[in-house]
Amino acid sequence: MHKEIDISIEGLSKIEGSASLDIKVRKGKVIHAKLKVSENKRFYTQAIRGKTYNTVHQSVSRICGTCSIAHQMCCIKAIENALRIENSEQTIILRNLAMQGLMIRDHSMHLYLFCLPDIYGKDSVLEFDGKLHQLVHDAFDVKGVGNDLCKLVAGRAVHPIYPQIGYFSEVPNRAETKKVIEGLKKIRPKVLDLIEIFYNSTFSFETETNFVALVSEDYNYLNGEIRSSSGICIPEINYWDHLNRVVIPYSQATAFEFEGKEYMVGALSRMNLNKDGLEKETKKDVKQFLKVFPSNNVYHNNLAQAIEILNAIDYSIKTLETVEFKKEKKPEIKPKESDGIGVIEAPRGTLYYMISLDRDGKVRYGNLVIPTAQNQIKMENDIRALVSRMLDRKKEEIVREIEKLIRAYDPCMSCASHFLKVRWI
Amino acid sequence: MFRIIFYLDWLILNMTFLSKERRRGSSNKRKLKVGFFSFTCDEGCMVTFIEILNKKFFEWEPLLDIKYCRQLKKKNVIRDIDVAFVEGAISTFKEEKKLKEIRRNSKVLVAMGSCAVSGFPSNQRNFFDAERKKEIDFLLKKFKHRDKVSPLKEIVKVDFEIPGCPMMENKFIEIMEKQFKDFGIV
Repeated sequence: MHKEIDISIEGLSKIEGSASLDIKVRKGKVIHAKLKVSENKRFYTQAIRGKTYNTVHQSVSRICGTCSIAHQMCCIKAIENALRIENSEQTIILRNLAMQGLMIRDHSMHLYLFCLPDIYGKDSVLEFDGKLHQLVHDAFDVKGVGNDLCKLVAGRAVHPIYPQIGYFSEVPNRAETKKVIEGLKKIRPKVLDLIEIFYNSTFSFETETNFVALVSEDYNYLNGEIRSSSGICIPEINYWDHLNRVVIPYSQATAFEFEGKEYMVGALSRMNLNKDGLEKETKKDVKQFLKVFPSNNVYHNNLAQAIEILNAIDYSIKTLETVEFKKEKKPEIKPKESDGIGVIEAPRGTLYYMISLDRDGKVRYGNLVIPTAQNQIKMENDIRALVSRMLDRKKEEIVREIEKLIRAYDPCMSCASHFLKVRWI
Repeated sequence: MFRIIFYLDWLILNMTFLSKERRRGSSNKRKLKVGFFSFTCDEGCMVTFIEILNKKFFEWEPLLDIKYCRQLKKKNVIRDIDVAFVEGAISTFKEEKKLKEIRRNSKVLVAMGSCAVSGFPSNQRNFFDAERKKEIDFLLKKFKHRDKVSPLKEIVKVDFEIPGCPMMENKFIEIMEKQFKDFGIV
């Protein structure tokens, strides 16, 4: 039993971005568990001030390499809400497809490359040999098709170039579409295997949790209303009113509470609140696994992510097989002094943008709330609880379990660190 | 019966020996020792590298010894590296020190993507007006940031540059394949 112990993990591995952790135990009690975002600030909320409305989404895209599509979609939505721009049905479909492509490649990177080594007790996917070797093939095949889908719809997987305010500058061509459909069908059985691996995993960490997500009837990531497992249901434009910002003095990032308490956003929240909205084909094939939800087990976040990959495949096959795309004209847009809010579900959870424009369409100020900042308080509390339960174990074992738990949340430190402060004028 | 068992034993022994030899043979083959490092940026170039692996992993894997890559493994060392691939700009004194350490321990250093090559867009604070500079000043001091954000070449010698945000995929593949040749791996 450790009465006194200090744990310091510099540079947590296999997560997006850089973070470290300090834990202090005195007289058999965990005094603190500090999760510090060590990613350096890049001050995007300042940098976008003065930028013209139709260039901002390209700038904020650079907040995060892996989920740049989500930042673009959310920023575009906020600006379109400010300028009262309506979208064509095709634009809505293309945005949904871009998000599904993002879910496939981002979730599969996290699950295959970051989480599977934990399940098989390896340092990295590079050590997968023998029977496990097939999983390395699966990893790159699944990720590859997600990447191809993003390229088809958005032009690039990282910092896409087709999505614009009010329209898409290019639309998918037929030959490429056919190839992507074939690819999606090919990876589908591999993803079913992946789902089973996470379903059979015995990893467990349960706490009473308030889950929050943007919920829609068809499990899309771009529209809906904010719901929580505590029973709250609010329109997305009111989201900010329910959040408290908490300053964390030791971190380059900030944290949030929902209704004054810790909460969780992400795939587990979406699955707990909205599994009925999944695609018909998906529900049919993962019926037994869906019984797990609602779940308070943080590790089921990974199972939920795997099911979301399947859902993305089914949605995309159905859509690409039936929709004919044709190039649309750039809509006429008149800039005006206005404020707009956009809320979407990024891979790691609810993403909020507030953009205020002046009469020339230049950004006066912007504010955003990213998923990892919303999970920060619960992550720290969970780490504290985990360490308290493990004080009789070896230090290395405690460290391993902490890293595993943090990875289950799929935090993104690149996103977390851009934030400075809110300016409400 | 005994003879059969003896024969089987002999066969297994031989097979084990042969497979060990083969394995040893393959591990003796020289691999390119590489490191991947991220400084101030959105890690989009690392994501792009991981996406390049969708097509290149099985071709490159036998040729690469990945010494350092925080995104893929926990056990990482900055020592005796042939080629260091570095993304991001340098914004703190700690980063500056680490970059110099990487340079000392690497034969070749490649700057990956716009932030590493020119500083942009991670260096946007360099161009802030007085009002914005004042707003961020306390944070720069608190987290020991440098006065300005710099591209790699302002601090160390850079051998190759891959432009783009994110970096250009073809250029990365071209440079990686050149290194395999230059180091006599292929």
